[in-house]
Amino acid sequence: MKIELNHLARMEGHANLVVDAVDGAIKECRLDVVESPRFFEEILKGRHYSDVAPIAARICGVCSVSHTLVSLAATEQALGVVVSDQTRGLRRLLSHGENMQSHLLHLFFMAAPDYLGVSSLTELARDRRELVSRALRLKKTANDLVRVVGGRAVHPATTCVGGFSVLPGVAELQEVRRNLVAALADLEETVALFADFEIPWMARETEYICLRTEQGYPGLDGDLFSSEGVSCPVARFETMISEYHQPHSNAKFARATRENFMVGPLARYKNAGEHLSSMAKKVAEALGLNRTTVNPFEANYARLVEVVHFLESSVHLIDGLLLKGLKPESVWVPPVGGKGAAAVEAPRGLLFHSYAYDEKGRIESADCVIPTAQNLGNIEADLHHLAPSLLHLPRTEMARHLEMLVRAYDPCISCSTHLMKIDFV
Amino acid sequence: MKKRIGFFDFTGCEGCQLTVLNLEEQWLELIELVEVAAFREILADTGEALDIAFVEGSVGHPQEVRRLEETRSRCEVLVALGSCADNAGINALSHFCEPQRLAYSAYGREVEGIEKTLPRPLSCFVKVDARLPGCPVDGEEFLQLLQALLVGRTPELPTYSVCVECKLGEYPCTFDQGTVCLGPVTRAGCHALCIAGGDRCRGCRGLVDNPRSHPYRQILEEHGLTVEDILSEFRIFNLPPEKS
Ligand code: SF4
Ligand code: SF4
Repeated sequence: MKIELNHLARMEGHANLVVDAVDGAIKECRLDVVESPRFFEEILKGRHYSDVAPIAARICGVCSVSHTLVSLAATEQALGVVVSDQTRGLRRLLSHGENMQSHLLHLFFMAAPDYLGVSSLTELARDRRELVSRALRLKKTANDLVRVVGGRAVHPATTCVGGFSVLPGVAELQEVRRNLVAALADLEETVALFADFEIPWMARETEYICLRTEQGYPGLDGDLFSSEGVSCPVARFETMISEYHQPHSNAKFARATRENFMVGPLARYKNAGEHLSSMAKKVAEALGLNRTTVNPFEANYARLVEVVHFLESSVHLIDGLLLKGLKPESVWVPPVGGKGAAAVEAPRGLLFHSYAYDEKGRIESADCVIPTAQNLGNIEADLHHLAPSLLHLPRTEMARHLEMLVRAYDPCISCSTHLMKIDFV
Repeated sequence: MKKRIGFFDFTGCEGCQLTVLNLEEQWLELIELVEVAAFREILADTGEALDIAFVEGSVGHPQEVRRLEETRSRCEVLVALGSCADNAGINALSHFCEPQRLAYSAYGREVEGIEKTLPRPLSCFVKVDARLPGCPVDGEEFLQLLQALLVGRTPELPTYSVCVECKLGEYPCTFDQGTVCLGPVTRAGCHALCIAGGDRCRGCRGLVDNPRSHPYRQILEEHGLTVEDILSEFRIFNLPPEKS
């Protein structure tokens, strides 16, 4: 029996799922990434530091804020630029906005239809209008936050090396704050909705990696931390994580202590759940999520828990920023070269950029390691683990389960194919 | 009968499709007026005939070319959605790198024929009926274009440059800060968004129709630049005709 699903729906980017079973045993089970390459590391070469983040942002529309922020941080590392507390606060706010925006898009538009038994959320626009409106309202609140701070909901325009070229308006930030608080009622309903879903059961323990600091939930700073108990500074990323090619896929794979590992909301929740806001912890409890989980399907719950945490944290951040008062800052960038590396927690997990600049401030080399590329090996290992238990099911049912598993990772293929391996025909 | 529309994506970042989804409430109204029959990011495609296909991303790999041709054959009107589809967008930059260096960065070895499969605009492969430039596209402009197509009007893009919108917004001229800006030769429609954000225009919406005869040429001359100088800056988001 062979199942081939081409161009999986409700995912970012294009991938094919291939499962081949012979006499009740899985012969082959893999995820092929089929987008064409975009060569970002090469096209960045020679670009001036002021153009680098806007170009890197285009690696992914869904995670454009994360690519922007990590690109700026790596450039600042390289050029020796130190940013102010205000900039750090605004960047965290932007990052919260993107994480919420992306998680909500996934939860409602990609994951929920599986559990509601429809092929798309828009099918429910007539019969369950309230649910669809709620989804859009929540997503809009998160988008507005990104728009107000970053100048645009996709591919921010106000962010630059050293800080922000234009600051958000006080009145706009206050309005965002009001809407965030008002969104809590919608979130409560959402938690009730997801708590009713029957999350498939599966258990496969793996290595979980994220950024970690003493103070808070993983975000824009800290060291790399693995559930295997190892940690290392971001600059020595390669000593912990190594990338490799698989012949069937256009994207790269990665391994750390074990053969494969997981990054993303579930990894963050498992490794650093003690830093969640109290409301987020309560939501985790209500959903029956707990930090010992080794069920990849529960990533959706971790996503929802994070939305609550980021929302609360955004309100506090806005309060802090407004209390101090936003002040225009002039940013001086020294005309020097150097090397720099940075990592952030993108919605799908650890995202890493490292650059070398020449003395004119132009990029000499770039390396980007993307969350989905890190997760790919783990997704395949999970597929291998799950498939044998589904062999008794009809083909379509089996395919549906496997697709749901892939989707639980919210893989972002457009982004992971910045580097790929293909054979030309 | 409701018109059937579909969204298709090729090599790009999906930021344009996301911008359409970000229309939020307007999206909800839109799905009452038209039938969204294909949108891989949020629903599975049924493969039926369509009235309008919005196509995002550039096309390079032979498999992608086939999929684009198949999309073309099942729709009445095909719209290039965003810079990648319209003029190669950010992918244009790869055409200025040495092919073997690209191959090495991606595959760690030399690869034959890589120039032939570099991402190109849709119009290199199929007939394109309408275009919506921008990286990403502007949501409101998308709605206007859709409206025009639904009532059978030919959609029009602004003919003036970003400079006009910049002046209307009363933003300080980027050139006065010593930074080269592509506003004078870039087609308007974004309300000078990047300049409002304190950045410069990088030309994501493509060229105005007659850049050489355009009034904002003067700004360039005042700063010692020619239209030719500025056109050479244009490659971040635009593939020049000789490369396509
Ligand atoms: S035009 Fe820009 S936003 Fe649209 S797909 Fe291409 S890179 Fe993404
Ligand atoms: S200002 Fe220029 S680069 Fe920015 S959105 Fe407008 S056309 Fe595109």
